[in-house]
Amino acid sequence: MTRSFLARNPSVLIFIGLLAVFTLCVTLMSEAFGAGVISTSFVKTLGKTLCLCLVALAMDLIWGYAGILSLGHMAFFALGGYMIGMWLMYARTEEIVVAALSQGGLPATPEEITQGIATQIFGVVGSSDLPVIWSFAHSLPLQLLMALAVPGVLALIFGWLAFRSRVTGVYLSILTQAMTLALALYLFQNDSGLRGNNGLSGLQNLPGLADTSQDLVSIWFFWASALALALGYLTLNWVVSGKFGSVIRAIRDDEARVRFLGYPVEVYKLFLFTLTALIAALAGVLYYPQAGIINPAELAPIASIYLAVWVAIGGRGRLYGAVIGAAFVSLMSSVFTSGRLPDITLGPVRLNWVDWWLVILGLTFVAVTLFAPKGIGGLFDRLRHIAPPDRKGAPLGPDDGAFQEQEAQR
Amino acid sequence: MRLIACLLAALLCFLPALSRAEGLAAQIVADNRAQIEKPSRQTIGPVIAAIAGSGDAMADDILSAWADKRLVIRKADGALLIATPEGPGLALMGLDGTPAGTATRAEVTELKPNAGVRGLIASALVQFTLTDPDPARRAEALSSIARDPSAETLAPLRAAITTETDPDLKAQKERLERFLTLRFDPDPTARVAAIESLGADIALDTRAALNPLLATTRMVVAGNVPPNIARPLIPGRDITEDEAYALLVGAGLAPARLSPEDQRAALVTHLSGGMVGGIALADLNSQAARDRAYTALEAAGTVPTAATDDEARAAVAAHRFVDAYVEQDRAVTDAAAAALARIDRKVALMQAADLGLDALSLAAIYFLAAIGLAITFGVMGVINMAHGEFITMGAYTGFVVQLFVPDYTLSILIALPLAFAITFGAGVAMERLVIRHLYKRPLETLLATFGISIALQQILKNVFGTQARPLTAPGWLDGALTFNDVVSISYIRIAIFVLAVIFLLFFLWLMKRTRLGLEVRAVTQNPTMAASMGINPDRINMLTFGLGSGIAGIAGVAIGLYAKVTSEMGADYIVQSFMTVVVGGVGNVWGTLAGATMIGSLQKLIEFLNPSNTLAAQTYMILFIILFIQFRPRGIIALRGRAAGD
Repeated sequence: MTRSFLARNPSVLIFIGLLAVFTLCVTLMSEAFGAGVISTSFVKTLGKTLCLCLVALAMDLIWGYAGILSLGHMAFFALGGYMIGMWLMYARTEEIVVAALSQGGLPATPEEITQGIATQIFGVVGSSDLPVIWSFAHSLPLQLLMALAVPGVLALIFGWLAFRSRVTGVYLSILTQAMTLALALYLFQNDSGLRGNNGLSGLQNLPGLADTSQDLVSIWFFWASALALALGYLTLNWVVSGKFGSVIRAIRDDEARVRFLGYPVEVYKLFLFTLTALIAALAGVLYYPQAGIINPAELAPIASIYLAVWVAIGGRGRLYGAVIGAAFVSLMSSVFTSGRLPDITLGPVRLNWVDWWLVILGLTFVAVTLFAPKGIGGLFDRLRHIAPPDRKGAPLGPDDGAFQEQEAQR
Repeated sequence: MRLIACLLAALLCFLPALSRAEGLAAQIVADNRAQIEKPSRQTIGPVIAAIAGSGDAMADDILSAWADKRLVIRKADGALLIATPEGPGLALMGLDGTPAGTATRAEVTELKPNAGVRGLIASALVQFTLTDPDPARRAEALSSIARDPSAETLAPLRAAITTETDPDLKAQKERLERFLTLRFDPDPTARVAAIESLGADIALDTRAALNPLLATTRMVVAGNVPPNIARPLIPGRDITEDEAYALLVGAGLAPARLSPEDQRAALVTHLSGGMVGGIALADLNSQAARDRAYTALEAAGTVPTAATDDEARAAVAAHRFVDAYVEQDRAVTDAAAAALARIDRKVALMQAADLGLDALSLAAIYFLAAIGLAITFGVMGVINMAHGEFITMGAYTGFVVQLFVPDYTLSILIALPLAFAITFGAGVAMERLVIRHLYKRPLETLLATFGISIALQQILKNVFGTQARPLTAPGWLDGALTFNDVVSISYIRIAIFVLAVIFLLFFLWLMKRTRLGLEVRAVTQNPTMAASMGINPDRINMLTFGLGSGIAGIAGVAIGLYAKVTSEMGADYIVQSFMTVVVGGVGNVWGTLAGATMIGSLQKLIEFLNPSNTLAAQTYMILFIILFIQFRPRGIIALRGRAAGD
């Protein structure tokens, strides 16, 4: 019992070590600090992938450990991105507006600056007033707080409503999906105050750093993403390896029994739902400055489904599985949809990878669900010779946990 | 006989006029020769009106010749003549109707009025066409007057009513006469009578005729009080102070206010040595500092004085602002307001009825989209996220059938069973290959069917492309069942409604009256016991799933008839369909019906309250559903007892 947390969880050290080596390698090969083998855009892709790994960690915690299939975590991710995007866009536009106004001979008044910014940002949707939700956009600390507070409060309210009425299983999944859809549809309107389907753009230009090259900025964000992933991994590993972790796994396996044992199941679930929403929002905060643009399509329910796909393919119920799944599938996606792979000619039919990648992904996903519920993570079990209990034969009854043929013969 | 009567009447009508107006039109033309040769749309109006109103029998000929570019100037003597093509040359006629010989085309110059002027001429000609022997031309003249009513047309229209023989046209003329009377008659009592005779007629043209009577202008009361005030305006409540001040400026009662841009420009112009009005340039970064600097410049007399905020407020407070009717007669505006209020009440009722019809048809669509899900999800407890793609497959089946069968009615009749067969097959295949293995892991069923949905959607996209494909309804479904100007419903929606009712009846019959339904209900309630009774649950599950998918295919054909067919059309319905099933109550077809009705009417209601924004309507709808599930987690119609499961 006296052994330290790290000694009990050697995988954390291995993971952080690998991540550090990877970060170092990318840094040394980047255009900013070394050989220039890796292009800046690929550094950004890698940085974004690390952020996606962080959301996948959150998804694994809520789904793999607690058994709540949330189809709304990409909404929290995008909300975080929107919040940081508001500051980026505001501050950057402010610089431009101030520069433009100073041409006029007089120093600009605060009213003129605000008006100018509003016209610049909202001209696209035919408005020139700054909506109320942009009240904090002038300040980075306040807006960062918003980036965590908005998704956090939304998750708290939604989770409270859902869990207190004992919505579980597929109902909860559909409900979270509906929430995501509602949010996306709301943001698609022009008068939502977030520029409708134009979204927020130009986020890759950091305010005050106009002279700094994107080579450098991309590496900074890469480091930040790696650090966030490492910290996220450490925190979540700590969360799941203690008693708390045991309780949430128990909730996954038999919620009613945990409730009868006296645990406040709803509180556990609500805490977990909000915590993972916050992690997703944090990942979004780091992701969207690297992506450069955010629009309501990012919130579409399908994004959250892809998140579930990554975690399932990587292997649920183990944190490194989620990271591997997210990294593997999202990198494969960007390779296959890049349009650079040559077409395959099968007789008269030409197969274009961009067109068929989603088909492959969908079918792979079905196959993984059917034949390899442990995903890629299952390979590690095989390497370590941990075999699942082999209950050969068909079940004798239709109920869960019925004796199976060979068990019954013993 | 009728023709002769018409002509006779026309003659009788014009004879007295003829005697005193002969040659008058030619005189007017001669007086305005310069304008007529180079007419401009803005200024030619009175001249045309004068010609048309001259009562001269030649006015019609002159104006129509002018509009047809047959009014020519003879180059030899500069005379203005009417030309008629005759053989290779032209037959000429003087403006008073006397023949004036012939000419070749080279000997004359045609007047070519532009399209705008021709339009004016055409409307002036209306009075002649109102009594034209050809009913089609008379109808044309009526619609021309209705488009652009004017006081001048009132008298000819009235004159043309008594001679009208066609009952339809006569009714139209009388109706139009009332609209013109209520606007242009010089006698107020006649106008009020015309307004009151309209009753609560909700037709669009009635409202269009009444509304101009109630047009108001926003004005400041200066000197004489306008005779017919709609309502007084209190600055700050009815209009903003800025608007009120702008009215004052417009009426010349107050100096223009200084806009920030003008102030800024003035300050920049008077910048000298880094100082303006005694204030350093760098300090001018607030509005207060700029105002101080400008006041200093005003004091020095270098810039014109502009109203300050206080002065503006005082000026606004010193004046009265009103909305005044353009129409001067109080009795007329009161009558019009009363008539419009009557009409509005009736329109509101009609709109409610129309909204009800819309809601019903939307409910039918949701019901169609959801009933397949209600079977697979409600009866089997299996989430099928590929349901939306089955809907799409059904719609594409319809599209493909129409490629081969050109007759739309026949193709739809073929497409419906074919779509059922194809999606039934797809559903059975999916159940056998995937879902069968996941019955005990519902979350994974959801995910696996999602995988299938992603793959299917992309395959459909690859095969049919991303652009919308047409699925054309047969001709007899075109158009709409129109009750009046407010209430109407398109035949396609009626057809979808009928289809939904058929499916409801079919489903009820299947579940309650057939062996299959009995077995399905048995397997639903207790699979173990059902199996013991000799029912094969595997087979039942397979058939049920196929049935649910097949109905999705038929729903796809129906939805494709009015929505555009794309690979994503099914996905648009999937969340709403699940909501319908969940809200209605799982495992009960009446629940699905109730859910569809509730969601359909609610969505239409929200759209009605916020018409510009269907996206917001959907957002609020989903929020409402999330809240609704808080209070009735098992839906509107919840199963009780053992059937409810856990």
